[in-house]
Formats: sequence, C-alpha cells, structure tokens
Amino acid sequence: MTPDLECVDLVKRFGDTTAVDNVSFSVPPGSFFSILGPSGCGKTTIMRMIAGFLDPTTGDIRIKGGSVLDTPPNKRPVNMVFQHLALFPMMTIAENIGYGLRRRGMSKPEIARKVDEALERIGLPGIGARKVDELSGGQKQRVAIARCMVLEPDVLLLDEPLGALDLKLREHMKVELKALQAAFDTTFVYITHDQSEALVMSDQIAVMNAGRFEQVGTGQDLYYRPETPFVAGFIGDTNRWSGRIEKAEGGTLQLRTESGLAMRASGAGLAPGDMAEIFVRPEAIRLAATAEGLAGFDNHLSGTVTSILFNGAASRLLVQDAAGETLEVTLPQSGEFDRLKRGDMVHIGWGAGQATCFATGAAGAR
Amino acid sequence: MRNQSRVAFYLLLMPLVLWLGLLIIIPHIDMLLISLRERVSFGVYDRSLAQYEKALTEPLYLRTFARTAVMSVLATAITLLIAFPVAYYIAKMARGRLQQVLFLLCLIPFYVSELVRTFGWMILLRETGIVSNLLQWAGLADQPVEMLYTDATMMVGLVYTSMLFMVVPLVTTLESLDDSVIEAGYDLGGSGLSVLREIIIPHAMPGIVSGCIVVFMLSLGNYLTPTMLGGKDSLWFTEMIYNQFIVRSNWELGAAFGFMLLVLSSVIVWGMLRLTGRTLKETMG
Amino acid sequence: MTRTILLASTLLAGFAAHAQADTLRLLTWGGYAPDEVVTMFEEQTGHTVEVTKSNNEEMIAKLRATSGGGFDLAQPSQDRVMGPQMEFGIYKPIDVSKLNQDLFIPSMLKATMANTTVNGDVYGVPHVWGTSGLVMNTAEAGEVVKDYADLCDPAVAGKVSYRLKRPTLIGFAFSLGEDPFAAYGDEAKYKEIMEKVEAKLIECKANVKTYWGGGDELMNLVRSGEVTASMAWDTGGWKLNDDNADITFVAPASGALGWIDTFVLPAKGQADDVAYEWINFVMQPEVAAMITAAAGNFTASAGADEFAEEGLKAKYQASFPQEAIDNIKWYPPVPAGLESIEGEVLDRVQAAN
Repeated sequence: MTPDLECVDLVKRFGDTTAVDNVSFSVPPGSFFSILGPSGCGKTTIMRMIAGFLDPTTGDIRIKGGSVLDTPPNKRPVNMVFQHLALFPMMTIAENIGYGLRRRGMSKPEIARKVDEALERIGLPGIGARKVDELSGGQKQRVAIARCMVLEPDVLLLDEPLGALDLKLREHMKVELKALQAAFDTTFVYITHDQSEALVMSDQIAVMNAGRFEQVGTGQDLYYRPETPFVAGFIGDTNRWSGRIEKAEGGTLQLRTESGLAMRASGAGLAPGDMAEIFVRPEAIRLAATAEGLAGFDNHLSGTVTSILFNGAASRLLVQDAAGETLEVTLPQSGEFDRLKRGDMVHIGWGAGQATCFATGAAGAR
Repeated sequence: MRNQSRVAFYLLLMPLVLWLGLLIIIPHIDMLLISLRERVSFGVYDRSLAQYEKALTEPLYLRTFARTAVMSVLATAITLLIAFPVAYYIAKMARGRLQQVLFLLCLIPFYVSELVRTFGWMILLRETGIVSNLLQWAGLADQPVEMLYTDATMMVGLVYTSMLFMVVPLVTTLESLDDSVIEAGYDLGGSGLSVLREIIIPHAMPGIVSGCIVVFMLSLGNYLTPTMLGGKDSLWFTEMIYNQFIVRSNWELGAAFGFMLLVLSSVIVWGMLRLTGRTLKETMG
Repeated sequence: MTRTILLASTLLAGFAAHAQADTLRLLTWGGYAPDEVVTMFEEQTGHTVEVTKSNNEEMIAKLRATSGGGFDLAQPSQDRVMGPQMEFGIYKPIDVSKLNQDLFIPSMLKATMANTTVNGDVYGVPHVWGTSGLVMNTAEAGEVVKDYADLCDPAVAGKVSYRLKRPTLIGFAFSLGEDPFAAYGDEAKYKEIMEKVEAKLIECKANVKTYWGGGDELMNLVRSGEVTASMAWDTGGWKLNDDNADITFVAPASGALGWIDTFVLPAKGQADDVAYEWINFVMQPEVAAMITAAAGNFTASAGADEFAEEGLKAKYQASFPQEAIDNIKWYPPVPAGLESIEGEVLDRVQAAN
C-alpha cells in the first residue's frame, strides 16, 4: 500500500545551521503520526516543508506516491491546522469553512451543503453565521479542523494546535482529536513538544532531537523500549545514573554508579570498562516494607523517605539510599503505604530488565 | 472628596473645551455668519444667501469645486495604490533593522517643511532642472523638458506629501495581521490575488479607511502644492478661498466657499465609511 | 477693595500702554525697512521696531481682520488707501503737520495726499515709488516684445510669464489701446474693457509658461533663461541686469504703470508718535538712499538722488528716457466694485483651458 506521506532524506539548512538533518519517514494511510521533540528540534521546519512554505535543501516529499516539491502550497493535497489556528477573523464561521471550497470554484449551494455537513460532523451545527471571536477555544479548534477537512486533504498537518488551550480543555481535546481523526478517516501528522499529547493520540510517534529522528515507533515502543538515551530521558519520567560496566553476561550487565551504588541492568553492545547511562522508571521500582518482599529482584536496596510527592494516581516518593543517591519511586495507591511519612525506612527493588543501559556518548551515534 | 475629583475633572477637561470652543467652534460660527451676509454699500451688510447662490450658480466656481474633489479622490487612490505595497513590505517582509530603517525613510521627508519639499520638486522638475538635464545628458531628450506646471506634476506632489499618512496606518494594521493567517489562506488553496482580496485587504480595512480619510482631507485642503506645482491651469479650491479672502477682500464669498469645502469633505468621508460599511468609531478607535 | 482693584488695573493699563508706545510695529514690504536703517533708528531714538513683511492684499486683509489693530504703521500702495478706508475704516487720519514736509518731493506729496483723502481727512503720505513694465532678455525677446500685448506673440511662446493680478489687467488694457483709468468712474465701460482684456489673456494663455506668484520665483525663471519676457517690477529687471547685461527693465510702448507706496496709520495703532518719528527719520535723504539701495526703488525723499548709487541711476536712465517718464501711468485710487469685476475676470482666465 502506498503511504499517504513519505519523506525521503529530507535536509533543510538555514545558512550554517542544519535544521533538519537527513530525515526519512513514511505515514501509512489513515494513521495518526506525531513528531515529538523539544522546541527548536526542527519539527516545525519539517511541517512547513510538507505544507510547502519552505523548500527542502535536498530530499523529496511524496504524497500518495507523487513528489510535491514543485507544487505550490495552495495546490498541495495537504492542509494545515496552525498553532494559533489562524481562523480568518474577518469572515463568519461558514465563510471560514467554505473558503477553500470557494477557491476551488464550487457552486454556492454545494458549498453551503458541505459547510453544514462539516459543522454537523464537528458537533457544532447552526453556528455558521457567527463571528470567529464569538467562539470558545475548543469550538475554534474544531472549526479550524473542519475548515481543512472539507477540502478532503490526503494529509492533515497539525502544528501544536492544543498549545493555546488551558489544561482541562487540552485533555478533553486530545480525546476529541483522536475521535475526529477516526471520523474523517484521514492521515494526521501532528507535531508537538507535549509527550502526553503524542502518546495518547498517535499510532506512530517520531521522537526528534537536533534535526534528526531519534526513534520512530508506537507509544509503547518508545516508552518501554527506548533505543537512545535521548528517548529514554525524554519520554516519561525516569531515574538516571551514569556508571561503569564491571561485568557483562549476555544481555545482563553489572555496573557501579559514580556514587558507588552497584546494580544490574540490561543493554546490548557494552563491554566491561565502558561508561554507560542507566535509566530506571519510577513505576518499575517496587516498594516494600521489608527486604524479604523484594527477594525476586536483581537490584534491591534500602533508604529513607525524604519527600512524598502526592499527585493522586501519579504520586511519588523520593528515597535516599545509604550512598546518598536519590531515587524517584512510584507510590502504589493500593493502601499498603498510606501511612508512610518522611524519614521512614523503606526497601526498594527492580529487575535488571527494567534498567536500560546505553553507552555514554551514544546520544548522537546510531 | 467627590467635589475635589469633580474639580479635577473639569480642570482636565478645560484645555479641550477651550481648544474646541475658542479655536474651532467660535471661528466657524463667525465664518458661517459672514457667509450669510451680502454687502449693500460701504460697511453695510444684509442677511442673505446670495453668496451660496453665487457659488452654486457660477460655473467657474462649481467646476473648480468639482475638480478639486475629483483630483483629491484620485490623489487618495493613487496614494493608496503606492502606499499599500510599501506598507506591506515594511510590515510583513522586512525584518528587524531593515524594517525600522524603511519606516524611518518614509518619515524623513517630513523633517523639512512642506514649502521646502515642494521647492525640492521644483528644482528637480523645472526646465533647467536636474531631471531635464539628466534626460538630455542620457540622450533621451534633445531639448530641455518642462515637467512642472501640469496636473500630473501636481498629482506627484500631492501623493508625495500624503504618503506617510497612508503608510503609517497601513503598517499598523498589517502588522497586526498574523502571518499564519496569510499562510492559512494559501494553504487552503488561495492564490496571491484571492488572499489579498479576501484576507489581507479586509483585515487592513480600518487602516485603509483611516489613511484614505486623512489623505483625502490633506489633499483637499492643500494650498502650496497645487499653486506651486500646478501652474497656470490648476485652480484649486483652497486657492479660490485665499483669493476671495486676501486678494479680493470678499470675505463673504470666501466664507461661503469655506463652508462648501467643509460640507464636501464631510460628505465624502461619510460616503467612504458607508461604502466600506464601517463606522467612524471602528475606524478611529 | 474695589478702589484697590481699580487703582491696580489703571496702573497696569498705563504700564502696558507705555511699554507698547516704545515699540513700532511696522507692516511693510521687503526692503523698505533694511536692518541697518532699523538699527540706526533704534539707536537714535531708543524705540524698538518690529518689521512684518507683506504685500498690498495681505496688509489690507490683516488690518481688516483686526479692524485696524496689531500694527502702528503700514505701507499699502496709494490706490489701496481710499477704498479700504471707506469700506472697512481700517486707517486713521495723518496729522501732516507732525511731519517734516520739506523732506518730501512736493509734487508727489501733494498728489498722494489728494489721492488718499476721505471726507476731508488725509490718510497717506508717499514713501517709495516705482513702476511695473517688462522685464526681459533683450537679446532674445527685444525685437519682438515692445508692449504687454507682444507677450502673446508666437515668437516667445512658452517663454513668457506674468502675474494673474490687477496690474496685468490694467497693463493689457493700455496695451490694447484702452484707458482703464479713465473708465474708473464708469462701471459699464470698465466692464467692457475688462472683457476685452479677458479674451486677450485667455487667447494668450498658451504662450504663458506659468503665472508667477512671488518676485523670487520670477527672478529664478528669468535668470535661468526659462522665461525671456515677463511683466514685472522695474527693480527686478535692474537686479537681474547685474548678472546678465542682456536682461533689463523696459518701459512698454503704452507706458509703464506707476505706483507709490505710502505711509498710513492703522486705526488702532498705539504708537502714532513713534510712527511720525519713523517717517521723518526715513525720509531724510541719506536714509532714503539706503532704502533705495535695499529695495531698488526710488523714494519720495527730496534730494535723495544725490546719495543714490550711480549704477542704479544709470539703469534707471537707460530704462526711462524722458518720454517714457512722461508716459508713466500712475494708478488712481480704485473705486469700490471694480475689484470684483477684475476678480471674476482673473478667475475665468485661470480656469480657462
């Protein structure tokens, strides 16, 4: 099956800086693809190249198999939802949605029908005559999407469209966007710096850093099987140490951190003497009142609770071990540790498989 | 306490009231009264509408009146056509320093008085002037070319004089237009022309209207440029007012002309607002 | 309490009046009050002189706007004294006995006083006089242009300039063989003459490069050679003669138009005594010669010729042979009503295509 969108060896340089450095990916039809990265990583540049506002220095962009490099933005079968939505304030909602159809020279009654249909689809029937500034943030969001969707683009680009919304609405819109994508059955390419948006909505996520794709995969892939230290550190929260490998047996490694903590971890391609970075997620660490409860784990140690970070289901403990390392540990909400308070002694443990290791300095290498 | 703030309020209001009252309203009432009288003999005047009758029946006066209005509208239109791309470039294409420099360049001619600016044009365009000499030197003309004293020259002068007053409001409104709105216009299939027509111009409308009003008023009320650059055929309405007041000592007719000009400019501004469906409040606020 | 206020205000008023009496606010033409003359007067008398430069129309308009206030001494032409006085009452009578009449050329003083008398009161005394006629480049236009009407000759097409003001109408009328001054008393006749002039000026319009407005503008046009023949004041021609010997003032065949600028007292003038002092001062032959040097025109001061610059005298004599002097047409006072006839003619000429 031909992918809806395919970028091949895409490079964009501005003077001496390389904003996008040899990026290739393809997005299968009907999927929700996210590009996730910190600000300045080049994700907006990719998006603007796909939309046609920028020309790539080298490389190719194909939509439904055909190169669109020579197609101007107003002729490309892609549409874009802008960060601040960019609704036309001088037009009514119906005129906004009908704008692209008018440009295609569609007849007036047909435009009216399509606009009504689109408003129906986004659950806002009958608001066509209103002005843009009479709408709430979420309604504007939906109108901005409808304005693109009436044109039935092959690919819809979304440039951090939730950034301007408040937290509550943002949570709600995540679900709604996913639903809209399913309803329209169109390929969405979504860029964001917010990992939760990407993880919740996407079929595939590309993590981008410094102009390159670090890893492309599903949310689970990225979360549980990060391939680079950047991905491991960027997606989700994590405890992070650096240390030296003391022993390597198959996939299991024996290391010692700089503060002298010994632990077992998993990782490939590392040999004794190498420096490595170790990542352990707070929820991978098991908490127990006694050392016996942790017998099955490769790593165990005890420490004192220095802080309880209560945040409902996502509550954490900060535990300091004898060597002075502080670890973030998820506090299970099973009732077992309700009475825990600062200064209490606890035992913690985790399996070698939960501790991921990367050779230090591997960040840029592949 | 309340009384005190009232006093302060009236004190603050005073300059405005004095300015409006003493310098605008009272002189206008006086002018109106003067325009409504007719000289009977030495120092004896009668109430009458004779001045307006004369102004409206004498073809010469009416023609000058109409000509001034049409030429001012034309000057406004030309100014808009030239200023819009300039303003668009300054507001949307130029960045950082260049933007400031360009804006300043628009401002520089206004550091000297209008008289000096007009003399500048005369030095450039006269028969023995720089442009004429340049054309001859370049072999494009085999004898001195006179470029002064035509309607076209006068138009150049009027447009030049009004430019800044069009560029400033346009730059301000265009700057407030989010770039992504323009991009969205293209992205959704708009061509350059349709984006201009449906997005940029509607957005810039307040700037266009207020710029046009100012430029139109300036052109209509201009005296120096038409008299100095216009030459022998270019009778401007303000010149006629000056003639009646100063040269002819006929204040009655001059005052009537003045009021006709006031009415004309009010009507055209009102028409302009009606045409664009805007209120004065929206445009000026 | 009331008395104190009264006293204070009297004192204030007296003080103000006294303070202003020392200042002479003079409304005059450029060159009529040169700096060195003003300085000399101020040093000798201790008064201060504030000079405002203007022209006939603006002088009258300014005085009319204030009903004769704002200035202590003004200098309109003698034909502009009687009419405005009857119409607007902006002047006050001059007490000729306060003037040193020996300083004036007797015939000129007599004629001016006669021309500025309203209801038995004298309102003006003469100061500077001159003529208007043709300023031209004799090498290029001398053969063709002998009179005002010759400015319409195709040989000088596009090289001609004159003002759209009443002197032009009067000059063309004479040049067309009429006598407009004789028709001053007969409005119908005057109108007829003006219609004839109007037709001529409209016909002539194509020949004109531009209607000049200010003296400097014309000077530039003639000096640069863009204009070879024009109707202007004698002094303009003489000044240009210094730069280019071909350019000079020529008295037209039908006669140069003679004007006399006067001294008048504005109705609300506050320094009449200083005004008289100033008149007596500037009419002294030595001072008058300084003014002649600055303005380029001769004054009504008796004996000032002796002090006048030789070059100027020579130019004057070249422009005015005896028969030309005899032929000068002196402006009589303008009767009311004529200016509106002239105004309409001028408007129509300007608007004609």
